[in-house]
Amino acid sequence: MDVKIFPESEERKLTAVIYGDIDHHTAKFIRGEIDAAIREHNPCILVLDFRFVTFMDSSGIGLVMGRYKIIHELGGEVLTANPPPYIRRVMQLAGLHRLSRIISCPTPEEIPRGGSDIESSDTIAAEKQLTQENK
Amino acid sequence: MNKKAVNEMKLSFPSYSENERFSRIAVSGFLTQLDPQIDELSEIKTAVSEGVTNCIVHAYRDTVGEISLQVRIFDKGRVYIKIRDKGCGIDDVEKAMEPLFTTAPEEERAGLGFAVMESFMDKIKVRSQKGKGTTVVMEKTLKTRKALR
Repeated sequence: MDVKIFPESEERKLTAVIYGDIDHHTAKFIRGEIDAAIREHNPCILVLDFRFVTFMDSSGIGLVMGRYKIIHELGGEVLTANPPPYIRRVMQLAGLHRLSRIISCPTPEEIPRGGSDIESSDTIAAEKQLTQENK
Repeated sequence: MNKKAVNEMKLSFPSYSENERFSRIAVSGFLTQLDPQIDELSEIKTAVSEGVTNCIVHAYRDTVGEISLQVRIFDKGRVYIKIRDKGCGIDDVEKAMEPLFTTAPEEERAGLGFAVMESFMDKIKVRSQKGKGTTVVMEKTLKTRKALR
């Protein structure tokens, strides 16, 4: 299990991409990572991206509810992105959509450091195409 | 109900949170012989994870104790799962099963463990005795290709 953080400072948006299983055991680590990033970046929008989550029980619901409390106090919004169908069912069962909108969006990719020419990822390709279309 | 199980397994392990993952993967591994559908297996794994987590978070709060897990397979894809602890017991089982009721909000428990078990399994029974422990029995009949044969 892992969490990758992608801050977008201009929009005060923070995306946390969660990898692996979310249960009571892993939730402690995941919320530690996300909360440290919230303190550092003070976001208005927190996106929790579930695209790479392989298992989730109600500990994942607690995780979203807990982050909702923190961000709501800061006057911001929590978005739940890209949950796989079975995880979406756990979320619906809990009525999580009342606290956090469930959305589909591209998952941020790690930008290769040092001007690498790796541009095979869908996101970068899509962005390139958009830029070309806008020219 | 008194029919003999086609197959069964028993496990016991200490209430370390590392064992949450182990327990659901063990159950799912055992049930692959029924050729279950992915979503059925996900539902069972989630229910097992909720049950075992309850033992770790509540039954053996501030202590470590034994959790026993039993899985039996019956005819026509019926699966029986029993999760037992010898922990503190539940004061009021009915109250504990209410959605959003939790005695551990500081740990960010959503109070949905039993609601998830009820929703993902066909049947659930909870027996608890204060100071003696809790037994959760769940059943689900799989719509497997094998079971339909």
